[in-house]
Amino acid sequence: MKETRLLMGMPVTVEIIDRKAKQSDIGRIFDYFTYVDETFSTYKESSEISAINAGRHPRKQWSADMRYVLEQCERCRQETGGYFNISRDGNFLDPSGYVKGWAIQNAAARLAEAGFRNYYVEAGGDLQVRGQNAAGQPWRIGIRNPFNRNEIVKTVNLDNHGLATSGTSIRGQHIYDPYRVDQPILDTVSLTVIGPNIVDADRYATAAFAMGRNGIGFIAKLEGFEGYMIDKDGIATLTPGFKEYCA
Amino acid sequence: MKKLLLSGGIIIVFIIYGLHQRQEGGSVHVVAPPNLATLASPTPPPTASPSPLPAYTGTGSTATNTPVPSPSPTPTPAGMYKNGTYTGSVADAYYGNVQVAVTIRGGKISAVQFLQYPNDRSTSREINAQAMPYLQQEAIQAQSAQVDGVSGASDTSAAFIQSLSDALSQAQ
Repeated sequence: MKETRLLMGMPVTVEIIDRKAKQSDIGRIFDYFTYVDETFSTYKESSEISAINAGRHPRKQWSADMRYVLEQCERCRQETGGYFNISRDGNFLDPSGYVKGWAIQNAAARLAEAGFRNYYVEAGGDLQVRGQNAAGQPWRIGIRNPFNRNEIVKTVNLDNHGLATSGTSIRGQHIYDPYRVDQPILDTVSLTVIGPNIVDADRYATAAFAMGRNGIGFIAKLEGFEGYMIDKDGIATLTPGFKEYCA
Repeated sequence: MKKLLLSGGIIIVFIIYGLHQRQEGGSVHVVAPPNLATLASPTPPPTASPSPLPAYTGTGSTATNTPVPSPSPTPTPAGMYKNGTYTGSVADAYYGNVQVAVTIRGGKISAVQFLQYPNDRSTSREINAQAMPYLQQEAIQAQSAQVDGVSGASDTSAAFIQSLSDALSQAQ
């Protein structure tokens, strides 16, 4: 059972393979994504994050989710030496770079709690999978050619992983080099990270992308994470264990 | 005795390092920088190979799943385009400009060249194997495979398609 809806400004897909899955199970997951969108979207004036940015929502009134997300963003900023930063000027907060992965992970956790063992949750190209696909095989995920969106240039097999790609499509929204704010990131076009969960894969992909050429080395040093970086000349750089996911 | 062991160890380390360097050196030469034009140029005509994503269902069965509607770079029947080289419009890829030139031979696209890519400086394609010797490199290549989902950046390609379709409209 599979459905795609446009939420958070991007296509969100939920697929459950387990036979007992009902339409209402998928509906509940979309309800959750809708809630996240309505809380964290900086494009919605009624959202909690917009209230904070407008200065009309003091810290002591923040929801538990808001508090958690902003704390995690700050932790990530410190861990990545400032490369992951949701605030360009210290005032306007845009945690969307974190929220997408977090929402995918929570959606996947809800499916696990409901007893499902084989599912796929994707939002805008970032995803979390578990178990097997409809054909009883590992989930097969293609990495898109950044120079031609109708092509894939790599296929990986995943069974219990998160996968995220940071690339030029989101640079400018929340990816920039905090040490050279005025300089666009030129060398790296696309950076895909596989990890045990989508939250970590996503935030490391975001931070590594901002590091330019050094980003893939950063991923290689992280235990349990693999990366595939495509540069402007169409050369891919792989971390040592990445090939194990390719078939 | 200790000194002997130590110096022996150092010699062995040097030998291993030397071999490693040779290996690395070899692999660097193997991954010669590809011609970007070749990479970006479209795959052979539909008759010669399956369409790029035959079973892609990543975004579901909604209408948004259909490929980009603008003229795709897939070569059309021979004779559709006039021979020559055509320069496409400069398309904004948000963080920089993309501009391509397309070369038509025998009525088909024979090459697509990037005149502008979000990199205004001269292209430097050397591979930095010294800095990260443990990382592998390869030229990206289109794969046709059945997949359950797709992950990737897309703005660049939208600008690429825009510039390319402009170039192709001139070739008609």
